[in-house]
Amino acid sequence: MKILVTAKRIPDPGQKIKLKGNALDLSAANWQLNQFDEYAVEAALRLTEDGAAPATRQGAVTVASLGPADVQQQLRSALAMGADKAIRVEAKDEELDAVIVAKTLEKLVRRDQPDLVLMGKLAADNEGNDVGQRLAALLGWPQATFACSIQVVDGGKALLVGREVDNGVEIKKVRLPAVVTVDLRIIAPQAVKNGRTAANFAYPEGPRYASLKGIRAAKDKPIEALTLSGLGVSTALQVKTHGSELPPARQAGKKIASVHELVEKLRSEAKVL
Amino acid sequence: MLDFELPEDLRVLQKTVREFAAAEVAPFCHAWNEEERFPHELIPKLGALGLLGMAIPERYGGAEMSLQAIALVVEELAAVDGSVAITVASHNGLASGHILLAGTEEQKMKYLPDLASGKKLGAWGLTEPGSGSDAAGARTRATRLDDGSWSLSGTKTFITQGSVGGTYVVLAVSTPEKKQHGITAFIVERGTPGFRAGKVLEKMGLHASDTAELILDDVRLADSQRLGQVDHGFIDTLKILDKGRVTIAAMALGLGYGAHEAARRYARERRQFGKSLAEFQAIQNMLADNATELDAARLLIRRAAWMYDQGQRITLAASMAKLYAAQAAMRACNRAVQIHGGYGYTREYPVERHMRDAKLCEIGEGTNEVQRMVICRQLLSRGELHVPHVLA
Repeated sequence: MKILVTAKRIPDPGQKIKLKGNALDLSAANWQLNQFDEYAVEAALRLTEDGAAPATRQGAVTVASLGPADVQQQLRSALAMGADKAIRVEAKDEELDAVIVAKTLEKLVRRDQPDLVLMGKLAADNEGNDVGQRLAALLGWPQATFACSIQVVDGGKALLVGREVDNGVEIKKVRLPAVVTVDLRIIAPQAVKNGRTAANFAYPEGPRYASLKGIRAAKDKPIEALTLSGLGVSTALQVKTHGSELPPARQAGKKIASVHELVEKLRSEAKVL
Repeated sequence: MLDFELPEDLRVLQKTVREFAAAEVAPFCHAWNEEERFPHELIPKLGALGLLGMAIPERYGGAEMSLQAIALVVEELAAVDGSVAITVASHNGLASGHILLAGTEEQKMKYLPDLASGKKLGAWGLTEPGSGSDAAGARTRATRLDDGSWSLSGTKTFITQGSVGGTYVVLAVSTPEKKQHGITAFIVERGTPGFRAGKVLEKMGLHASDTAELILDDVRLADSQRLGQVDHGFIDTLKILDKGRVTIAAMALGLGYGAHEAARRYARERRQFGKSLAEFQAIQNMLADNATELDAARLLIRRAAWMYDQGQRITLAASMAKLYAAQAAMRACNRAVQIHGGYGYTREYPVERHMRDAKLCEIGEGTNEVQRMVICRQLLSRGELHVPHVLA
């Protein structure tokens, strides 16, 4: 199976947000791979290997990202985890919106013709959650979003995708080629079944570490460099960011001495009684 | 152009080891240390990641990494736990390093793959109760028998992985009158008749690292277990120690940095007299000194590792890095405990453990005083320093 995984770099969500004027100041950001994209890489690797003998690849995983030269490090991390090749489309973060990203991915898919596009359900920076859906629409492919499990069926021609919904797990069957976006439970020990790995095989929970051998091997794996204009993607932004502001700082709470005072304040100040 | 940036692969490596240490070591190491227990369950995980065969070539199952990479790994592990760091540093550097340096192709094929995977842990027997840095005082005897085989008898001490090792390299005196030029190395497998671990030593720190005596009582070894040439063991040992000193320096740096980071966070959170500790100038001075001294140590380590990877002799640079890093780490840990106040003296916070662990770095693989001896010997015996002029 040929899989294209998308990867976005985001500022470390644990870092404090800084503003410069009314714009985000990302000059001191620690960039990292969006965690859901890392889960997509892990799921793609599980789909293209025998879990008991992961060194022998049974398919090909390409990881693609749009971004500046620095993104290469996140791509190299994915290659070190075991992905086979990477593509970087040169772009500045502020020159991108979901439409441009989806259209760029559409060009890559039409060119490389993967059997499956695996993506994180959203990027944890702006939580857009729309590139996967847009891409499926542009391609006219079936889509399954928020996947918590994937099982290869029909001799590799379709997937059963589990999706956690309010009243349980919905199982959706999608023909390949398809676009699937993954949620966090896709990295559970037995969430991905590719038909080759023994059914009772259990992975350690979570995305795999890049091993030292993986890191060495990644040095020699190709990272193809492309440009938006080279791919023929219009760079006109359809979503413009006009400004960012921090939520108002929380006021310190008040200490109250008695139940009587509490009720009084709920009535007179909070006006909830 | 002089470039202080880590290359991309080392940044990926740093990230991997940092995440591994946060997930697989940090939640458990307090308990390992309190129980004074060697974490056997961690070994397969270290092996799977490739951290137990870092210097070993790929054809023997290793990852074939530079000394720069190994130092970086040891630093990241030590920032979380000194015991795991010294286990990894000693396993990678000493016994397997010696086999790599002096072993025959048969010996490498036989021993290195199991060491690289972590199926067997390596231990290196140099130090004796009566002879530490003064190797010429070694008493363990290797006697050649008529059929060409060997008999080893004696006692070793302070041996890291001494009681948990699978593959040991032991140094023994083969020609007493030649002093340190009469020492030969041997590979001894666990379970060889006459060979056993003695007392497991109770230490000030590094409680989750195994340190034990080795007892050799007429241990019979075929000549094929001899490692390197007869009487050449100590010459090889010096090369291994040069490299080992860089990793012990990296361990010191990691311990100091781990304590410093804990103190930096604590100083921002802890409030006294209506403001955070970090707002007091006395605390700021300590944090600034820590950051500066640790950074200086890091530069010395990076340079020594770089020189090694360039194929240069690092006796001087490695001793300088270890001497400075060990002292900087002790100072940093001491200040970190001080910043934590009463809490820093309790075992509920990791800084006192880092302080106890860091003390080893001023002693192991040559005390501070021995490092100064090595440094000065280099200074006085050569017209020119063995330090690249661009950095010296």
